[in-house]
Amino acid sequence: MSRPSAIEVVNVSKKFGDYTALDHVDFKILQNEFFTLLGPSGCGKTTLLRMIAGFETPSAGTLLLKGKAIAQMPAHKRRVNTVFQNYALFPHMTLSQNIAFGLENLGWDKARIRERVGRMLEMVHMEDFAARKPDQLSGGQRQRIALARALASEPEVLLLDEPLSALDLKLRQAMRNELRALQRDTGITFVFVTHDQEEALDMSDRIAVMGHGRVQQIGTPIEIYEDPKTRFVADFIGDTNFLEGEVIASDGSTATIRTALGTDVTTTCENVSGPGPATLSIRPEKIGVGEQAEGLILTSTVLSRNYLGGFTHYTVRVGEIDLRLSRRNAQSHQDAFDIGDAVRIGFRDSNARILGQ
Amino acid sequence: MSKAFRFWGLAPAWALMILTLIVPILIVAGVSVAERGAYGGFDWAFDLTSYRQILFTEGWTDALEFDPKYLWIIARTMLYALTTTVICVALALPVSYFIAQQSARVKIILIYLVTLPFWVSMIVRVYAWLIILGNDGILERVYRLFGGADVSGFLFTSGAMITGMVYSYIPLMVLPVYASVEKIDPALIEASHDLYGSRWVTLRRVILPLTAPGLMAGSILVFVPCLGTVLEPMLLGGGKQLMMGTLIQTQFGGARNWPFGAAIAMVLLAFVVLVLLINARRMPRQSEIGL
Amino acid sequence: MTRYPMTRHHDIRSYPGLGPLSLVFFLWLYLPIVVVVIYSFNDNRLVSVWGGFSGKWYLVALENKALMSALEISLKVAVISTTCATLIALLAAMVLTRAPNLKFRRVSETMVNLPLLLPEIVLAVAVLILFSQLGLTNGLVKLVLAHTAFCTPFAFLPIRARLQGMSLDFEEAARDLYAPPLTAFRRVTLPMILPGVFAGAMTAFVMSMDDFITSNLLNSGGATTLPVYIFSLIRQGTTPELNAISTLLILASLILATLVLILNARAMRRG
Repeated sequence: MSRPSAIEVVNVSKKFGDYTALDHVDFKILQNEFFTLLGPSGCGKTTLLRMIAGFETPSAGTLLLKGKAIAQMPAHKRRVNTVFQNYALFPHMTLSQNIAFGLENLGWDKARIRERVGRMLEMVHMEDFAARKPDQLSGGQRQRIALARALASEPEVLLLDEPLSALDLKLRQAMRNELRALQRDTGITFVFVTHDQEEALDMSDRIAVMGHGRVQQIGTPIEIYEDPKTRFVADFIGDTNFLEGEVIASDGSTATIRTALGTDVTTTCENVSGPGPATLSIRPEKIGVGEQAEGLILTSTVLSRNYLGGFTHYTVRVGEIDLRLSRRNAQSHQDAFDIGDAVRIGFRDSNARILGQ
Repeated sequence: MSKAFRFWGLAPAWALMILTLIVPILIVAGVSVAERGAYGGFDWAFDLTSYRQILFTEGWTDALEFDPKYLWIIARTMLYALTTTVICVALALPVSYFIAQQSARVKIILIYLVTLPFWVSMIVRVYAWLIILGNDGILERVYRLFGGADVSGFLFTSGAMITGMVYSYIPLMVLPVYASVEKIDPALIEASHDLYGSRWVTLRRVILPLTAPGLMAGSILVFVPCLGTVLEPMLLGGGKQLMMGTLIQTQFGGARNWPFGAAIAMVLLAFVVLVLLINARRMPRQSEIGL
Repeated sequence: MTRYPMTRHHDIRSYPGLGPLSLVFFLWLYLPIVVVVIYSFNDNRLVSVWGGFSGKWYLVALENKALMSALEISLKVAVISTTCATLIALLAAMVLTRAPNLKFRRVSETMVNLPLLLPEIVLAVAVLILFSQLGLTNGLVKLVLAHTAFCTPFAFLPIRARLQGMSLDFEEAARDLYAPPLTAFRRVTLPMILPGVFAGAMTAFVMSMDDFITSNLLNSGGATTLPVYIFSLIRQGTTPELNAISTLLILASLILATLVLILNARAMRRG
């Protein structure tokens, strides 16, 4: 990756009293990328975002913005802007005044501010609302103004703190596309915080999955979903089956695991050094059932069935092990399996992943 | 927020309170054990006469005789303050429940009506009762109109004083009690009825306990100023029935016995601090004003 | 709180007799005020004997020089103490609600609210002795100092409530948009808490105007405030002129109280 970095998080830790919010976090956010911090609540993602914005200072480590250390720089001097979770539009100012606020503080002249405010309102399709106050807007409109306000000064980085969580479902979907397009058009680095994995997978160039105050894995959405490196990531992103087993052979690029299913699974891996216990992850949709079964074939008994329209989820038992699997309903009135039926299931062992601890 | 602002933001408040409250109260404590000056005021000499004077008088023979005169004043103050508080509770509970049942709009209006008299100058409010209760006043006339005997003397009674005190401080009881009642989730009352609780069981076992914090806060807000009240005993009590407030005032006015006035002030302060400490103990989280 | 209009009439919370009792309560609450107002228009010199309608006592009151000079002193003291108290309260409230990990937060709050906790007569005696020890003789200065002290918590409480009710997001957004601390305060915090500041200032003003106990005890050096003057009139006996003065004061209180109510209602709607 030769692109220069917009933000470097260098070995940052943050403690609140005895509680460790961030534990030696270290990574880079590249220029012009849509970067997402994804994790459950309390994982430290918001703390990290607030640190980049300048509302928190690290207990240890430092932050670089385009190579310059900013950890101690006050928030109002950083060319970084935030879209707040509840937008924080100033209720006593009109929308124009809200957008102009940052530019005035930067000392722009009046004509230039007026021109830019007009352009920003245009960008978010809110030209007719310039003189309104925030409490006269719908949720989606507030969101747009918050974006316009934050982007008006063309910051180096735009921070977005769960900006879609206050919107209803339909609007959220539309705003995802709008945000993505806005990022492409402006070329500004977006740092997006969310706990919603679907949002993260849909919008991001790269995702940092955070858990327990640490970065668990960084990668593209496909890497994160298809090649989870840790149990935490595999569990948090999507649904999966964990299989405990024993390494019986490894040659550096592949390893063979003897599992409790009674079969051996051979798959690629980087993090197996020798014999010992190991955990495999296999996604439910990667396990075929009935005529969709292929690869390693096993016989199982159906324990439960959940019909969800496009898919039917089954839990089946193989020996002592329960597996969840998802069957695509490709044909209408496709035969369903009943509880207690004996069914054939199968998966390709290359679809299984060996997890680090 | 910068360190400097943290300091300079609080410094004026601290300076003001130390200068006009803490230091003066310490001086009062000092004066209460000082000697009475020959021409009023006081001289700095350690002397416990003032405290002794609360319990004893010097008889003809210079021997100390027990004299409950001032103890009666202290006891009367306590009794009247307590009576006032109890009456305020008895009035505030039903009124608060009534207000809480109204629509949002009516609620605002009624609470405004409760607060409004509190904004009217204290002296005007007490004066108004003087007109009503006074000799040949409105109450006497109405009484006579309905064929009552030719009575007089509503004024200058303990009843008049307590009426005035209740009237002065009742908003301080209604507001916190109402705030507590208003906060009660209607689902809790429905749950009580659902679980076979009658209205009265619900009142006793659900509503009253949930109103307790407001009652406690209101009682403090009424009881404490009643202990030091001055206007009601002076105007409605006619100065015949002294309370601690008026006793103190007299010592700094006509009687000019500053050390004795200071001693009574310290006793009053001790009672108040005691009440506040007990309250802070009872509900450390709910005391709104700190301490 | 959700309320279903359909169930209003058989609300399971309604207890018999609450309505009539509350009605009597409100009548009792307003009886004295109404009596004073009505009798201020009594033509008769005797307060409680109705002698026909007349507005002459208002003229008598307005021509009373001593009354007017007492009013002037009261206004002077109230304006100066309210300004000082509001500024002191605003500063303290900013620090107490906005500084993280503040040491002495609890004791500082108690300090600011101390005048509310202690009986006024004790505080009055205390400042009286202090001023006599300091040899302070200027009546106006004495009154301003004492009034500023006991007005501060009345200004403080609504300001603090407003600051606590205001999300920190707005100030962070201001800083995020390049506003230095003072600009953020002037352009975002202050406009948003203004209703609280007004409510606090107005409460402080009324408390200062109404004060009797302290002003009476400090009454010297030609600084007789309005309540102290009214007290001296009452001592001379009830007169229709007193009723007229009282009615004017009631009117003033009514206007101020309504203003504060409107401010609070607006603040609530916005919050």
